[in-house]
Amino acid sequence: MAQVAAPTPTPGQPSALTGQPGSDPTARTGQNARYGRVQARMGLVFVSPVLILFSIFVILPAFAALYLSFTDYDILTPPEWVGLENYRRLLTDTLFHRSFQNILLYSAMYVPVMLILSILLAMALNRKRPGVTLFRAIYYLPVVTSPVAAATVWVWLLNRDFGVVNQLLAYVGIDGPAWLANTQTALISVVIVTLWQGIGGNMIIYLAGLQGVPQDLVEAARLDGASRLQVFRDVTWPMLRTTTLFVLTVTLIGAFQLFDQAYVMTQGGPGYATLTPVYRIYQAGFTRLDMGYASSQALILFIVILAVTLIQLRINREQIYI
Amino acid sequence: MAATTPPTTTPRPAHEIPGYGTPYRKRRITTGAVIRETLYYGILIVFGAIFLLPFLWSVSTSLKPDSQVFTDPIQWIPTSITFDQYRQAFETVPFGRYFLNTFLIAGIGVASNLLLGSLAGFAFALLNFPARTILFRVLLSSMMIPGVVTLIPTYIILRSFPLFGGNDIVGQGGLGLLNTLAGVILPGAAGVFAVFLMRQFFLTLPSDLGEAARLDGASEMRIFWQIYLPLCKPALATLAIFTFQAGWNAFLFPLVVLNDPDLATVQMGLAAFTYNNSTDFGPLMAASVITTLPMIALYVYAQRYFNQGIAFTGNK
Repeated sequence: MAQVAAPTPTPGQPSALTGQPGSDPTARTGQNARYGRVQARMGLVFVSPVLILFSIFVILPAFAALYLSFTDYDILTPPEWVGLENYRRLLTDTLFHRSFQNILLYSAMYVPVMLILSILLAMALNRKRPGVTLFRAIYYLPVVTSPVAAATVWVWLLNRDFGVVNQLLAYVGIDGPAWLANTQTALISVVIVTLWQGIGGNMIIYLAGLQGVPQDLVEAARLDGASRLQVFRDVTWPMLRTTTLFVLTVTLIGAFQLFDQAYVMTQGGPGYATLTPVYRIYQAGFTRLDMGYASSQALILFIVILAVTLIQLRINREQIYI
Repeated sequence: MAATTPPTTTPRPAHEIPGYGTPYRKRRITTGAVIRETLYYGILIVFGAIFLLPFLWSVSTSLKPDSQVFTDPIQWIPTSITFDQYRQAFETVPFGRYFLNTFLIAGIGVASNLLLGSLAGFAFALLNFPARTILFRVLLSSMMIPGVVTLIPTYIILRSFPLFGGNDIVGQGGLGLLNTLAGVILPGAAGVFAVFLMRQFFLTLPSDLGEAARLDGASEMRIFWQIYLPLCKPALATLAIFTFQAGWNAFLFPLVVLNDPDLATVQMGLAAFTYNNSTDFGPLMAASVITTLPMIALYVYAQRYFNQGIAFTGNK
């Protein structure tokens, strides 16, 4: 992401360094200088609505979150500075620890399956075959549905006695569990639902990545006698590294912020089995109005997510300059 | 990421060799090919069935009379169709009102993101102004901040918004923008994603167009509105769809900001309905279907913009 921040000067575009419009540096006439001043003013005018909203609703909250995490604040009385007290509380907060355990376990199940299935489906659909467009559309359909509606429908599908999933399992002689009421299977249920909803999006990203793999290269390798598996391992997979890194990072970041499905399907239960960090932050901040403490939890989550992002950027940079 | 790597560094030798791009395998119908084809489509269909099952099953359940909802073994297709489940859903929950609220939130969000995002994107791509690069970098790096970090401070800022909701000039005394649709819309009125997407698109347009108009004495606003913006329709369509989807499907933020049941969104209504009537699966499925239908319709209607948008995110 950060690489894109560097403006890529296109030919004929005014240079950011000289501040002069036009590409001809000798044409420093009075008229051109006037254009430059007008542009500078209008440029600032054009970006100002975004910058104002951005300052109020991104910059200010980001610093406020840091400040609040060192205070005791219940929104009714002014915040009271308590230093590191909130962070000290976090050390012994077993439910907070539990929520992180849950999300790590969730990610360990969710992320690998997500990567494998989205890349396999993308490769299967990266062919000019009849019906391929239809299958792409079908696999993508769950992505446009809301997490709340998807969770509601899956509560019904995973119903112990009348749910489709257990009925289908019964056809092959398996007695399905009470998916959502059971501490062993509740988190797996959330994994299933979020996979169903997320695979299509990553599949499209992989399809875009596969467009960048030259078909000639694949064909040449096949002609040289390489098996499909070898072609994948030595040609396709290495060329998809950037895509994989991106998908991995975004999937992981999304997984760490799981909330909607856990809220609708299981309310964090049973027995805290689907309690997630965002759920804990929501409860602390908005049901107990313990906003300082909630902010300290949010900051810890931010640090974890930031670490993931920075690792990704680092790997990405190394890869580009190899 | 991919966008900034030097283009065409990958060797493409096969292009230059005559006779390569042609199919190297003649398709003959052999037993192996038949098995491969069957397997290929078999797997695609099995996955397709899994992806479609929740849609089909919720529609099926929502059209059944009560007596057919809870059966063992299950009844795949209703023998008689009724809209009772929909009637009950609408009688229990004021979905009409929630639809209106959500359309307002998502619709105004789309309008403001298109306008403000393209204005700023145009300036960042094609105008010179002080601190352009640094401002854009700050905007872009803020995308790393997860929404949950700013959630609580944003709530407090909305609550102490000066001169709104009974607040005085320093934002004390009332509830500010809490419990208003504006409170849900305003923080997302000009997302960084909108600015970024539009800037990347404006960068692909030639700057000569603007230069020529400038020499003819056109104002910057006119250059933006009459020359560049009409060329942006594909990007605007993609942005509109993604912003609408985000607004329509949003849950946590509206849940936090809106307490008044009259102002709730469809997602909040559905979640509360699920919580309170956790076993009324007939009306619940009817409610899920009507909540999802607008997005499905939009997807069917504008599928290619969805794909372009996703591909864009992937190529950052």
